[in-house]
Amino acid sequence: MKLTRREFIKWAAASAGTAAVAGCATGGMGGGPKVVVIGGGYGGATAARYTKLWAPDIDVTLVEPNAQFISCPISNLVLGGNAQMQDITMGYSGLEKHGIRIVRDSAAAIDAGRRQVRLGGGETLAYDRLIVSPGIEFMYDRIPGLRSAQAQSRVLHSWKAGPQTAALRKQLESIPDGGVYVLQVPSMPYRCPPGPYERVSLIADYFKKAKPRSKIIVLDSNPDIVSKKGLFLAAWNGMYKGMIDYRPNSELQDVDVSGMTVKLTFDNVKGDVLNVVPPQRAADIAVKTGLVTASNRWCEVNWLTCESVAVPGVHVIGDATQSASGMPKSGSMANQQAKVCAAAVIALVKGQQPNADPMMMNTCYSFVSGSSAMHVTSVHRYDPEKKAVLPVKGAGGVSKAASADEAQYAWGWARNIWAEALA
Amino acid sequence: MRTFRAVTALAAATLVAGLALPAVAQDANYARSLAATCFTCHGTDGRSVDGVPPSLAGANKGYLLQQMKDFKAGKRPSTVMEQQAKGYTDEQLELIAGYFASKKAGPGTPAPRAEAARMSY
Repeated sequence: MKLTRREFIKWAAASAGTAAVAGCATGGMGGGPKVVVIGGGYGGATAARYTKLWAPDIDVTLVEPNAQFISCPISNLVLGGNAQMQDITMGYSGLEKHGIRIVRDSAAAIDAGRRQVRLGGGETLAYDRLIVSPGIEFMYDRIPGLRSAQAQSRVLHSWKAGPQTAALRKQLESIPDGGVYVLQVPSMPYRCPPGPYERVSLIADYFKKAKPRSKIIVLDSNPDIVSKKGLFLAAWNGMYKGMIDYRPNSELQDVDVSGMTVKLTFDNVKGDVLNVVPPQRAADIAVKTGLVTASNRWCEVNWLTCESVAVPGVHVIGDATQSASGMPKSGSMANQQAKVCAAAVIALVKGQQPNADPMMMNTCYSFVSGSSAMHVTSVHRYDPEKKAVLPVKGAGGVSKAASADEAQYAWGWARNIWAEALA
Repeated sequence: MRTFRAVTALAAATLVAGLALPAVAQDANYARSLAATCFTCHGTDGRSVDGVPPSLAGANKGYLLQQMKDFKAGKRPSTVMEQQAKGYTDEQLELIAGYFASKKAGPGTPAPRAEAARMSY
């Protein structure tokens, strides 16, 4: 997509007005510009780090309730016994070394009019620009049998890495040889499209070694495997032949925890370990702030700046956003959005024009065993006519086959993207 | 030659910044924003933690550009690079190569490990 010269002149004139207004809005405040980031995951930690790296004069504060960063990518290797919790657990001390203030608290409310964030502990943080990377909340209201905390502690999601990752691993270790593990997959969109299929591959890897008579049932709400289908099927029909029973169009109705049964429309499925990944939406702080504008679940943004379409001065990145066409909810995408957002926020607080031609690239690796992985990748460019970041035609694709080489690249990806967020 | 689109981004930035910043600074930010799409795998500023995938910081610009063009043309076999290089124009690849060549070579700093005392699993 290219602008005509006439369109460009019109656009530049309009943008000049915007820049002047932005300059006025921040001009009256004392001290250095203030950027507050809510959420220290792949999106927020990376956005905080790049805002500080690229504009050291900006005061950057990162609000995150957890003491540690625990990575969802690689967490399926922990479930399969090919990695340990300490391999996916990192600290925030690297960000403090850059001069970023880390506040271990959660955001209770955002007053976008006054440009303030009130924290759970009572402190109030003023901002010139706010970046919200809140992640997802699970919609347990749709699953009556899983509404109680007790039910949720028996039937795990393990779709946010942390205590539930370790707990599901323990459940898998205690399953008898010949036992059944059931994974229920929500309808798209959800965090990490290939994640469920990687998870069952790695659990099959574990069962094959430790409990070869055990079985895996995948109850997929979707009509088909949504990512890397051919590559996953090659593993399931090859090294895991006979172990994985994949059932598409298996939308969840409810869960009977005492009977360890997943209830579908026409069928009930029993298992020794049930792993139900509920439908997801943007986390509560996004809902409370009025950032959720799409289907009561996701936050729409202007992809030039990641600024909310509903709340001025507030930028939203990561899984909570209404994904543009072809854009997965992934750690990789959150990392890319974080850098586009950080650059735009810096430009805006300084009264400059943000980049009019942002690009983003997604690279997601999936393991099918402890030593074999494959990728899916796509390149995205801002389309000024459609006002969306769209996949570049002819680019992107998937691996020809899973390989040991790509398992090395996957670990390299993990170490580098973790450093992007935290080093 | 550069596409009108690339020139548009540069010219718009210069025009709207009200000449407060030299054009070269805006151009550097455009190159940086392109190169930043590569940082995810190759490390911040192309300094890779552990060197997999390889570091790009401080490499020869002509060499980097030729490799990316070879990936794009399918002349150099790869897993992911040939699919990604096709997403960028030759002008963009040149800006990316120039950005990494201008950076000091060195290893990336890894993310800090969790403190053992805080591990609760």
